[in-house]
Amino acid sequence: MPDLSNPIRRLGHATIERIWRLGFATRFLFALLVLSGASFRRLHLTLREIFFSGVLSLLIIMVSGLFVGLVLGLQGYETLQRYGSTEALGVLVALSLTRELGPVVAALLFASRAGSSVTAEIGLMKTTEQLKAMDMMAVDPIARVVAPRFWGGVISMPLLAALFSAMGVLGGWLIGVVLIGVDEGAFWSQMQSSVDFRYDIWNGVIKSFVFGVAVSLIAVFEGYDSVPTAEGVSRAITRTVVTSALAILALDFVLTSFMFRGA
Amino acid sequence: MNRSVLDLWVGIFVAIGIGALLFLSLKVGNLSTANMSESYVLRAKFDNIGGLKVRGPVKSSGVVVGRITDIGFDSKTYEAVVTMNIDGRYRFPKDTFASVYTSGLLGEQYVGLDVGGEEKMLNPGDVIAKTQSAVVLEKLISQLVFSKASEGQEGQKQR
Repeated sequence: MPDLSNPIRRLGHATIERIWRLGFATRFLFALLVLSGASFRRLHLTLREIFFSGVLSLLIIMVSGLFVGLVLGLQGYETLQRYGSTEALGVLVALSLTRELGPVVAALLFASRAGSSVTAEIGLMKTTEQLKAMDMMAVDPIARVVAPRFWGGVISMPLLAALFSAMGVLGGWLIGVVLIGVDEGAFWSQMQSSVDFRYDIWNGVIKSFVFGVAVSLIAVFEGYDSVPTAEGVSRAITRTVVTSALAILALDFVLTSFMFRGA
Repeated sequence: MNRSVLDLWVGIFVAIGIGALLFLSLKVGNLSTANMSESYVLRAKFDNIGGLKVRGPVKSSGVVVGRITDIGFDSKTYEAVVTMNIDGRYRFPKDTFASVYTSGLLGEQYVGLDVGGEEKMLNPGDVIAKTQSAVVLEKLISQLVFSKASEGQEGQKQR
């Protein structure tokens, strides 16, 4: 442990520490990709992780999607009413969900619901030396434990985001058409004429895929790299949620600036 | 390897996810760009395209018959070159008139094809000869203002 009494020295130490971790994370990602053949050959390992991170997140994703759609319906109607174009409510709800809110909010929920539990699981396995035991038995823990969890998250995320958007559109329909009484035909037809499959929906799917990779990688890495104590694991979980949220929002900005250049 | 309850749940999850994607693509979005599999290209040169955008609609008699795929600038004639993908089911005569219209007062702008009476049809890749530029609202207003102003001056002179 170097002498850290000097604040400049502490700053430098923290910076080097971060860069060190970044490099390790990159190497970890490559090792993960190289060793991920097993998670497809032994598909039941990955299926199990899809169950834990995807299926068990269904409820929170569907309910939140519905409520986000309901709120969008109410707020959108309130604003559009002033300009006398309440038929555009469907467009507003569908575009904001498929382009932005679906992928981003679903990824944030996924990071806190599934990412944190993956980190906790791997961190506790490390603390109780199960990973070392696997290594002793010539089972690579990255191939056996880490890669299936990574791919489970990557596969689940786009499906969950699509589900979130679909539930949100239903929520907007519920408020707009059923409760307020916007014309149903105009609601759907305007939506269909302005939402493009490739431009809007497919870009949303690409976004959620990228978020899935980012969140899953952060979750498994934080767990694998955690300090093997009770405190270390709890810190790793906190870091997973915080880093994932920042990564999702930053990546969203980058992807949006690539995809939607106001064409 | 036996089937387990877990597989069932994962199956349900994947089915629901794909169902949501299908819902988004069929009910929310339009796959019209995908089902226009047979299409051909027409080009038109305009002096001024106003606020025309790539992916904007091409309409004839109010029906969407194609999409704008590219907007460029011809540096020899100093004109805007609009490339359009037209649905292969529709053909237009040689003397078709292409104009930039605005839907509503402040709505989006689109290319309107007004059909002439010629027997010969436009071939894929042809350039539409007769075009009409976008109506620029500022120009209209300034013309109106200037004509009013000049009317006022003439009136004063006469007095």
